[in-house]
Amino acid sequence: MADENVISVLDPEVKSEVSNNGYELVHSKSPLFYDLYERKSELKHQTHYCPGCGHGVAHKLIAEALQELKLQDKTIFVSPVGCSVFAYCYFDVGNVQVAHGRAPASATAIKRSCPDKIVISYQGDGDLAAIGTAEIVHAANRGEKITVFFVNNGIYGMTGGQMAPTTLVGQKSTTSPWGRRPANEGFPLHMAELLATLEAPAYIERVALSDNKNIMKARRAIRKALELQRDGAGFSFVEILSPCPTIWSKDPVEARRWVLENMTPIFPLNVFRDRRPEIPVGKEPPQRTVADVLEIAPKDRALAPAALKHAHRFKDVKIKIAGFGGQGVLLLGQLLIEMGMREALEVSWLPSYGPEMRSGSAHCHVCLSKERIGSPLVSCPDVLVAMNEFSLRKFAHEVENGGLILYNGASIPADFAAPGTQVVAIPAAEIADKLGSTKATNIVMMGALLEETECLAPGTALSVLEDKVKKLDLLEIDRKALTAGRLFIDDQAHIGAVSQPDGFA
Amino acid sequence: MAEQARGKVAVDVEECKGCGLCVESCPPKCLKLGPELNSYGAHPAHYSGRDCTGCGICFYCCPEPGAITVYRIKTKGKFVAATQGAEHAPAL
Repeated sequence: MADENVISVLDPEVKSEVSNNGYELVHSKSPLFYDLYERKSELKHQTHYCPGCGHGVAHKLIAEALQELKLQDKTIFVSPVGCSVFAYCYFDVGNVQVAHGRAPASATAIKRSCPDKIVISYQGDGDLAAIGTAEIVHAANRGEKITVFFVNNGIYGMTGGQMAPTTLVGQKSTTSPWGRRPANEGFPLHMAELLATLEAPAYIERVALSDNKNIMKARRAIRKALELQRDGAGFSFVEILSPCPTIWSKDPVEARRWVLENMTPIFPLNVFRDRRPEIPVGKEPPQRTVADVLEIAPKDRALAPAALKHAHRFKDVKIKIAGFGGQGVLLLGQLLIEMGMREALEVSWLPSYGPEMRSGSAHCHVCLSKERIGSPLVSCPDVLVAMNEFSLRKFAHEVENGGLILYNGASIPADFAAPGTQVVAIPAAEIADKLGSTKATNIVMMGALLEETECLAPGTALSVLEDKVKKLDLLEIDRKALTAGRLFIDDQAHIGAVSQPDGFA
Repeated sequence: MAEQARGKVAVDVEECKGCGLCVESCPPKCLKLGPELNSYGAHPAHYSGRDCTGCGICFYCCPEPGAITVYRIKTKGKFVAATQGAEHAPAL
């Protein structure tokens, strides 16, 4: 008799034969799960969870809800770090696996860029309540329209049973071998109650996978959370108390009972929040173009200053300016982006300096682009402005093939070589000294940069300097420095000076 | 078997890990762990062949996505739920 009812789910013919024998199928593996789990070479039709683990039940309830709500093709599932790290091996939906605790932050990004998708963050208690506390609190506080399933088993399961923030008082773990003592380790963290103190969440409930009745309640809560997200209600959060038979050293049936008897009194099952939050929209920030910011009226754009007519023969230019603090490294970057803005380019400026502002190493990243800038970080600059030898040696290898290195020095160090790049030595400090102030060194370099690359118009540089430099005597020196830098490059080109020790320009 | 049971449970022996949660949960107690081992060394659950109501509790208690498949007898009676859609819930 028993054999007759043992079938292989992998064989659809056998299945239909059984189902046609006067019976019809009511519950079977959800099509949301892959047929085989491509996780390791073995056990492709079993999950990697221990026998009796709550994750499997939670997975099934989520899969069933998504299937019934017909959301499979719209769902993006964010897998955490923890036992459920391999959730992407099981769910046939969009999957992202993220850093420990950061699932709500990643889910925020995904939901905001794809607002019509259903974004699920599935996290354990070590992930959500310990390392990811900040992320979940702020995602909830912002009312991100995501659904978070928080599987709470009161322990770090994957790493071998260390104490979690949700470990019960007196519960033994490898890091609380005599039981959790509140005097030393604090009290269990009640995440559902904690998040329910916030304004923004739409739905917060705690359920338990402890017995038949509570599993059915969990099923309804999970479905409701996903329905709310589908309807755009706001942040929904379901805390699922779940057994961990292996780490608790209990058999699966006993572990499930332990959830009911020991966890639910401490973590009461309840709906802590079920309302549509009223979030005031507020005043929309103005969407202004660069030309608007520069206050150029549309009719005047044809007559705009020469700067706007400068022909930019590039899609984008990435510049790294490096030197010691006090050499005007960061200021040079700021001047360049100010010029870029006045020429209606997209710009970014990212400073990088140590705690010491003067004499420490400093550098900044500058992007000038005709299109929106994805990242202000410049890892492979087209142009490196090295204000000293240290920076030259430190950053030269990062420069793009065919890139340009401008070096503040009388000559290129004899043992220095940067294959594939053009290196130009400019005695900028000496030039600036002769003009009357070493402070103008960076402006000499700027003049050289503008002349060599023609990325921005010198006229714009002058107008920016006029606005930014308040001292008139210094402004005069800066004007001369700019011209001196440009002339130096001109002269080099004129006399055909070789700029590389190997004789190649 | 005098009367045909209202429901029927099929267990995929190779997917079952032998945790016994279905055995514990089954209201009419018609599941038990078998004496034999599957290829992973677990005692898989078996349906006794009698008394199943097709309630589906075992399906929801089982942590494995596809280990348990539940059927209900085709009648016009109240125990037959829609196979499609969200409205069916196990009899609790």
